[in-house]
Amino acid sequence: MAYKILIVEDSKASREFIASAVESVGGVEAFTTSTGFDALKLLSRQRFDLIITDLNMPGINGLELINFVKKSPTYRETPLFVITTEGREQDRAKGLALGAAEYLVKPFEPQQLEGLLMRYLNIA
Amino acid sequence: MTTSTKGLSDFVAEATEILDALSRDLAILDRRRGERLEPDLVNGIFRSAHSLKGLAAMFGEQRIAQLAHQTEDLLDRLRLGRIELTEKVVDALIESFDTFQVVLAETSRRERSAVATERAEAVSQKLAQFIDSGTVEQSDALDQLELDTQVRNVLTEYEEHRLRENLREGMAVWKVRAVFDLSDFDQGLARLNSKLKSLGEVISTLPSADPGDGTGIAFDIIFGGKVETEKLRLALTALPASVHPLFQFQPQPAEPSLPLEQLVSPTPPGAEPEHRSPVRVAVSNAPQQASGALPAYANPRFGTADAMVRPSPKQPDGEGDPVGRGLTQTVRVDIGRLDSLMDAVGELLLIKANVARLAEQASRGGKPPPGQLWGHELHRESRLLERKLDDLQKGILEVRMVPLGQVFDKLARTVRRIARESGKEVDFLMRGGEVEVDKLIVEALSDPLMHIVRNAVDHGVETPDERERLSKRPRAAVAIRAMQRGNQVVIEISDDGRGLDEERIREVAVRTGILTRAQAEEMTPRELQRLIFLPGFSTASRVSELSGRGVGLDVVKTNISRLSGMIDTHSERGVGSTFTITLPETLAIVRALVVSVSGRVYAVPLNAVSEITSIAESEVRTVEGREVIGLRGKTIPLARLARVFELPETELRRCFILVVGLAHRRLGIAVDELLGQQDVVVKPLGGRLRHTPGIAGATDLGDRNPVLVLDTGALIEEVVNSERRPELV
Repeated sequence: MAYKILIVEDSKASREFIASAVESVGGVEAFTTSTGFDALKLLSRQRFDLIITDLNMPGINGLELINFVKKSPTYRETPLFVITTEGREQDRAKGLALGAAEYLVKPFEPQQLEGLLMRYLNIA
Repeated sequence: MTTSTKGLSDFVAEATEILDALSRDLAILDRRRGERLEPDLVNGIFRSAHSLKGLAAMFGEQRIAQLAHQTEDLLDRLRLGRIELTEKVVDALIESFDTFQVVLAETSRRERSAVATERAEAVSQKLAQFIDSGTVEQSDALDQLELDTQVRNVLTEYEEHRLRENLREGMAVWKVRAVFDLSDFDQGLARLNSKLKSLGEVISTLPSADPGDGTGIAFDIIFGGKVETEKLRLALTALPASVHPLFQFQPQPAEPSLPLEQLVSPTPPGAEPEHRSPVRVAVSNAPQQASGALPAYANPRFGTADAMVRPSPKQPDGEGDPVGRGLTQTVRVDIGRLDSLMDAVGELLLIKANVARLAEQASRGGKPPPGQLWGHELHRESRLLERKLDDLQKGILEVRMVPLGQVFDKLARTVRRIARESGKEVDFLMRGGEVEVDKLIVEALSDPLMHIVRNAVDHGVETPDERERLSKRPRAAVAIRAMQRGNQVVIEISDDGRGLDEERIREVAVRTGILTRAQAEEMTPRELQRLIFLPGFSTASRVSELSGRGVGLDVVKTNISRLSGMIDTHSERGVGSTFTITLPETLAIVRALVVSVSGRVYAVPLNAVSEITSIAESEVRTVEGREVIGLRGKTIPLARLARVFELPETELRRCFILVVGLAHRRLGIAVDELLGQQDVVVKPLGGRLRHTPGIAGATDLGDRNPVLVLDTGALIEEVVNSERRPELV
């Protein structure tokens, strides 16, 4: 069965870009959404193996989403990556402190993301 | 990262959308200079810049990413209250917006000019030069809140700032905890938010995976407002929410500075009556109260839908012309329109299945077709097919329609910039932005409209001093109005400036040899005004000599004609000028009149034909060497299509006349026969034939033989203009 990955990103073009990078890894399936609210809905409906989120989003921001995920009994152990333009050290520290596994700053190389996915999902 | 063509077009499409949003918000900001800022507005602009930065960074568009970064940074400091929104800041933001347009236009063409790069860098530097006005970082007000570190940790810097602002303004702050069912939490949350927003500001929404009973989802909402805890509890009784004060509101003796009219009922619009609380809450003009809803600009003359742009006094500005060309090949479509298209396709599939069944019946066993019933059925299907194709065609045309407002917004910026550069004060009034036309037309209109509006500000309107001397209002008005007239769209651009100087036009026309002195003398003022559209007229004179228009208006005219449109002007000395553009609503499919001349078939767009009449050869008269006919007491010039296209002329006693054009610029086109009407798709002619005068394109009438489509606008030009300038023919 394919690994399910949730991508939360409010920019459509960026979303497509991340999704295509994710799907270039064999055996994974990308699910995308543009808001934190929709992410909460999807998380409650099905099980994801990995979550990728942006930070600065309207409504529920990325930090709030990470906090939710990391406090959730279901998702506590699920790896979560941040992909954002916020390159400042304090943002990175905040994200990692809340429990993000990786913190990528745009622009990133698709290969870098692919490598991380394979490592966290244990794909050979 | 190398961007694929698909990637590039995705990037350009989204960047254009972001810039559209930015343009709208900046226009509001610009209008409200000097007023107190609404956090939502500034935050919205910040978000646009932020999204643009993220998008550009993702696609490796460094020039845009860098500039967006500086813009975002400035906006961030603005929304955090570290710098003031001065005139200079607004101007710098607008300049950065203009630069985005230029750079994005290049990017979409995969170009990268040094000029644009330098401009982007210069604007970036300019943005970076705004220095924080002495930040007062006293002891952190947030420390007096009983906030869990858990909550504190997930607040963004902006949310922290809003929280501090609330405290500074003496608002009370609560944590509102709400638990909803997982299946519909978004609706519950929306209800709660709308209730809260009517009482104060929702600062942060924190989802919690620990709802208590394990079935739902909980949210901790940080909320600030000048309302007492009990009242808040009362307002939220019907909702699954509990209220925990974090900082208490200190009821103070009535402040004398708070005028009575700022005391309004807290009942939000649409609130259920049982929650109508009797309290009166002091809603000051504190920014958080005015969330988003802006009062529509009311102008008694132009109605509330008008937008207005007030340019600031003259100030040097970057040059360059971010002409608002549509960059994208995409159209945003209302989902309802797509659904009806999908329905039409579904029904077409049904018809196809029926036709296939009939074909099957007919071919089975090679026998002759099975009788009348079969023919009858086939007829019915073909009628159905026709109707459904009609629906489909209509649906697709609708999808292609976009509102003219897209272009108008861009014009508003141009007006502002040019006014600033030329030291003029101009109100730009827009009306009819909701009128929809084909996307192709909107894009092609952008340049001509820009040209006319620019001329109006540059040369049409006077400086404030001059206007004062003429006892005119110091602020000039330039207005653009769009109206739907049947299947045509009329766009008027008017100004209350000095108007065209017919005497000067006359002089220039004679001096440059366009007219002889005798011809010029007998021309009426209106005829003289129209000379400004002649090719060569503008290049023959310097702009300033005309005290008005003339810059490349022939090009404008050509562009409009290419859209099967017409342009006319009406000007009054000292009062102002109006340019009127008449356009078909759509270019893609037109109803055409099929005619024949000397045995050849032509199609004429029906919307160009105002009437059809027939005359006898004896009714054609000759005036000053030109053929004319009488039409209800008026004389209009006649063009024999056969002669225009140099075909052998057939001898007929009577011929048909298609009357085309409007008002003073009508023309009768003589043809031999009328063959009928048909919907046609006009295709442009390729290669050398593209610029053949009088031909708009070619079409196929269904018999697979190409037929030429007449360009009536150009025919009118040929005939009407050649009357006045024989030497140019």
